Amino acid sequence: MRCRQPGHTPLLLLALILLFVSTDVCVAQSEPDPAGSLMADTARVTVAPPTSVIVTDHKYDNGDALELSWVPSIDDRIPGGKVVRYQVYRSVNEGEYLPIQELLPGSNFFLDESLHRDSVYSYYVTAYSRNDSAMSVATAPVSPQREWLHVDRAWLFVIALIISLAVFYFIRAARKGEDLFIRKIAGLEAVDEAIGRATEMGRPILYIPGILDMDDVQTLAAITILGRVARTVADYEIQVRMPVSRSLVMTAARETIKTAYQTAGRPDSYSDDMVQYVTDEQFGYVAAVDGIMVREKPATVFLLGAFFAESLILAETGNSINAIQIAGTARPAQLPFFIAACDFTLIGEELFAASAYLSGEPKQLGSLKGQDVGKFIAMVVIIIGVIAATLAQAWEVPFMQQVYDALTFVFSTQ
Amino acid sequence: MRREVPLAITFFVGTLLIISVFLPPAEGLGEDFTVFFDIIAVFAFFLGGGNLVRVHLTKLSRRKEDWPYSIVTLLGFALMLVVGLFKLGNPGGIAASPTTDGSYFQSIFDSVLLPLGATMYSLLAFFVASASYRAFRAKNREATILLVAAFIILLGRTPFGMALTGFIPEQFDLFQVPNLAVWIMNFPNLAGQRAIMIGIGLGVVSMSLRLILGIERTYLGGDER
Repeated sequence: MRCRQPGHTPLLLLALILLFVSTDVCVAQSEPDPAGSLMADTARVTVAPPTSVIVTDHKYDNGDALELSWVPSIDDRIPGGKVVRYQVYRSVNEGEYLPIQELLPGSNFFLDESLHRDSVYSYYVTAYSRNDSAMSVATAPVSPQREWLHVDRAWLFVIALIISLAVFYFIRAARKGEDLFIRKIAGLEAVDEAIGRATEMGRPILYIPGILDMDDVQTLAAITILGRVARTVADYEIQVRMPVSRSLVMTAARETIKTAYQTAGRPDSYSDDMVQYVTDEQFGYVAAVDGIMVREKPATVFLLGAFFAESLILAETGNSINAIQIAGTARPAQLPFFIAACDFTLIGEELFAASAYLSGEPKQLGSLKGQDVGKFIAMVVIIIGVIAATLAQAWEVPFMQQVYDALTFVFSTQ
Repeated sequence: MRREVPLAITFFVGTLLIISVFLPPAEGLGEDFTVFFDIIAVFAFFLGGGNLVRVHLTKLSRRKEDWPYSIVTLLGFALMLVVGLFKLGNPGGIAASPTTDGSYFQSIFDSVLLPLGATMYSLLAFFVASASYRAFRAKNREATILLVAAFIILLGRTPFGMALTGFIPEQFDLFQVPNLAVWIMNFPNLAGQRAIMIGIGLGVVSMSLRLILGIERTYLGGDER
């Protein structure tokens, strides 16, 4: 075996130094030349302009929007084309053209909103490459037009009219004393039992009306059900606790409970403290309600209204204190949580039907019956639509394709 | 008059908003009324805040159970009110938004309220486990179907799903667990959700008509005179 001689060490060091120096030189040579780079950047990348720029009125508005469309630059029709952006320029009342909107490559449409009917607008579109631009021909001056009727919502109007007339018809029929069958809703049948349980146990009832304000229909439904529940609560002379997350809900709930106590002949038993504002903050509210549940251990918990992520936290806490829980919401994403954690759940429409159901008044029950007409129409349309779509797709039956297209046209939302 | 005026307002506004859906010039009315509502809701904040202070002061003065917590609530309320109202520590001064980065108001919000909210939210993970345990017990036929569907979806969202059923030939790939999970979500689950949505839509129409026509008056504090 050959050993390295000590006298070779300086030579080895010199070789290493030379190696590093040569590497540095190589690296320096492989770096791009800034001057060359500058020359490459300044090389003109010409670009073709967008063509066929058309401006049209935006349909079915109050005369405050125009639609601008164009054929993209020929240099923007292949992947990795030269166009890097488009710029829309607008002139108002034949004045100076000013840039109003920058758009990405591939764009061919722009909706210009917030315009005035008494002004005229013209546009042109410029395509930009890295260092060049090309403008289209300007459009002729156009004014936005106002339309008085949303003609493409005619079918929506017809469907709404049919359902509304059905509701009116059954309300009228109920007023005349016609016997209307309404199916039993287990969750609502259990309301009296749940309140009775709280009476026997001498514990309060907790009523949670969701976390949205009075402008949400689910909160309105919760307050209408509260009216019925509070009447029974007043009869039984038990305490109701209602922490809320919105000030307006607090005011409405107080009025509702107060009237219920007056109706029951027990106005002295009512106290403003039954309804308490906590906070608008979602999880702050949840913490407060969970605290009330754990400390006061209500016998019955109502969770009715609009709920989000807090639904399961509240329902599981209620479950942990062995309260009877009646829940209801129109948010499909929260329904599985309530079904898993609560004793009874009002699913979607049942929440809105609850007040009418509990009232037992014929005219209110009539409105529920009218709702069934809407459901019947939906069922018939779904069945026909499924058959038509299947026959049209699988066996290419032209008539079925027409039926499918007609149904899609009538029931699509504009 | 206490009932008639709100009923008249409800009828007028409700009818107007329905008509506005079909009349383009009136289409902005919905947003306008939302602004009116927001203005009313801002004034209602005073009612809410006043109620909060009154309830906790009463609790404090009467030394009710857990009264020390009321001190924390009142102090927190006063602190945020003063810091937000007088823009204390706000880099932009009194004219800037209270939520400007670096202001005491925003700092307290970011370092106290947000972590507390996140803590409450994180409880959801544990509650989902306990609720699932109860819901997925095969007590009856429906619960068994739920259990099987849940098992397929859970398995389909993990690499185990493909590892277990990857051997199934391509022409039967629907039976691979991940594809089966997607099928359950896209067909039976979506069909069920849409059925519920149709019911909700009709329920809202029916309830709105009851409110607009004054048949449902409970939200006004009941229908007794």
